[in-house]
This record gives sequence, C-alpha cells and structure tokens, in this order.
Amino acid sequence: MTTEPGFLDGNAAAGDLESLFGADMTTAAGQCQGCGLRMRLAEAHAYLGGPGTVLRCPGCEDVLLRMVRSPNHLWLDASGLDYLRLPAAAG
Amino acid sequence: MAVISRGFHGRARDKGHELPPGQYETTGFPVLSAGPTPVVSLDDWEFTVRTETGVRYSWNWQELMALPSETPTVDIHCVTKWSKFGTRWQGVSLDVLLADVESGAEYALVRSYGDYTTNLPLEDLLDGKAWVAYRFDDEELPAEHGGPARLLVPHLYFWKSAKWVSGIQLLDEEEQGFWETVGYHNYGDPWREQRYQGD
Ligand SMILES: [Zn+2]
Repeated sequence: MTTEPGFLDGNAAAGDLESLFGADMTTAAGQCQGCGLRMRLAEAHAYLGGPGTVLRCPGCEDVLLRMVRSPNHLWLDASGLDYLRLPAAAG
Repeated sequence: MAVISRGFHGRARDKGHELPPGQYETTGFPVLSAGPTPVVSLDDWEFTVRTETGVRYSWNWQELMALPSETPTVDIHCVTKWSKFGTRWQGVSLDVLLADVESGAEYALVRSYGDYTTNLPLEDLLDGKAWVAYRFDDEELPAEHGGPARLLVPHLYFWKSAKWVSGIQLLDEEEQGFWETVGYHNYGDPWREQRYQGD
C-alpha cells in the first residue's frame, strides 16, 4: 500500500493551536511517539477542514495530535507526541 | 382580488429532499481527509469481518465483485454541515456480507486502510441500511472519495461511512473510533443533530 499526500504544512494549524495553548505554535517543537523524529510543529503535516484538526509526523505519517472544537468543549489528543515544547511567554 | 400565495417552500423540499437541522445543501462533493490517501491495488484489496469470538471472514476483490450488488440513490449529510442530495452508488449490502457470519455482537468498529476507524451499533449496518460501495455516479469510486471501496451508511453523519474500508470488527462492548475518541457522537444521527458527545 502506498499513500498520496493531501496535507498542508503545520503553519496552517497555527491559529487553532495558538488558541489552545496561548503560545506561538509555529516555534513549538515535539517528538513523534511512533518513530522518534524531533520536529518543529510547523514541519508537521496538517489535515484541516474535516471534523477536526489532525497533525501527522512528516517522517512516518502517524498522528501526532488531534483537536476538535465543539460548541461547549475543546478536545485534544496529543498522545502521538512524546513531548511538546512550547516557547515561554515573552517579557 | 385574490392574492394567491405560493407559500414558503424551500428548494430542497420541492425536489423531495429534506435538510436535517443545521445543514446546508451543496452540489459539489467536498473531499475531507484526516490523513494521506491510501492507494490500495485491487490485487491486494481485502475486506475482513472479525467476530467477537475471533472468527475471521474475508473477501478479495473478485469475491466482492461476484456478490449481488445494489444501486442505492441516497442523501448524505456531513457533520461539517454540508448535505448532498441524490447521490448514486453501487455496492454490496452488508446484509449479504454478514449473512453467514455468526455473531451475537451489538457493536461494530469499522476499519480503513490507513489508520481510520469509526464505531456504530451493528444493527445500523443491517436491514438495507449500509453497503460496501465501489462505484459512484456510474464510475469507479475515486481514491479521494474512498475507492476502491468505502462504507456507505447514509442515515448517519458521513464520517461513519469510512473511506478505504478494510473491514469490520464485531464487538460485545462499544469501542470508539478516530473521531469518536475526540468528542464526536457514538451514534451520529443527523436528524437528531448528534454531532458531539452529549448532543
Ligand atoms: Zn513519526
């Protein structure tokens, strides 16, 4: 089985992620739980426009993070990341 | 002087279709993906049903094509709020595929090529309500819409109609799928607007 990409780069999800974490996510970094790749989230593969936001590893295409916004809740699964490193707020 | 009111009829209603609450009609067919499009060759394609006791049933592409097919024309409703009326499909009813499967399970977890999954009660796959569809609009189902074959369960929101379907796990206990684990509804009835858990 091969796959055809249909993704945007991680910057496309920056607004979504910033609203969640309150930090500029384009400089955030993480490590893929599947293959161990370390990356900036801007380098992740973003799938948007569907029921939620999905970030996948640029190395192995495993899911790093899924985010769903309902009228009353924000759902986050970041279990595909070994860690997530955010920049500290300036000042 | 008589004033004749034509009344207030939506265009959709005039054509004999109705929009579930919160939906709008589209004539396009948006492509929504949560991951890369798997390209599965028909030589390698297989559809597998596993029962709650571990018994496995499978069909390759030739075996699927040899089964009697149906040509449902149905309205589909995406949870992202578009609905598309009168979509024309060809596929094999799940009644045919599950006819000889011995199971007392109540739930199904549908699996796709790639890592997509979705859950629904087994009874919603039966009684003429669901198909493994491989043609759309008289053409082979394109990969971006789930080809070679996708599940078609039009009475539920369209995320339940898994693209690139590879099989069904029958379960005694409900197990949640890709979107259901991050807040989407376990059942997803568009007429009751069951978009999110708690709806
Ligand atoms: Zn990876």
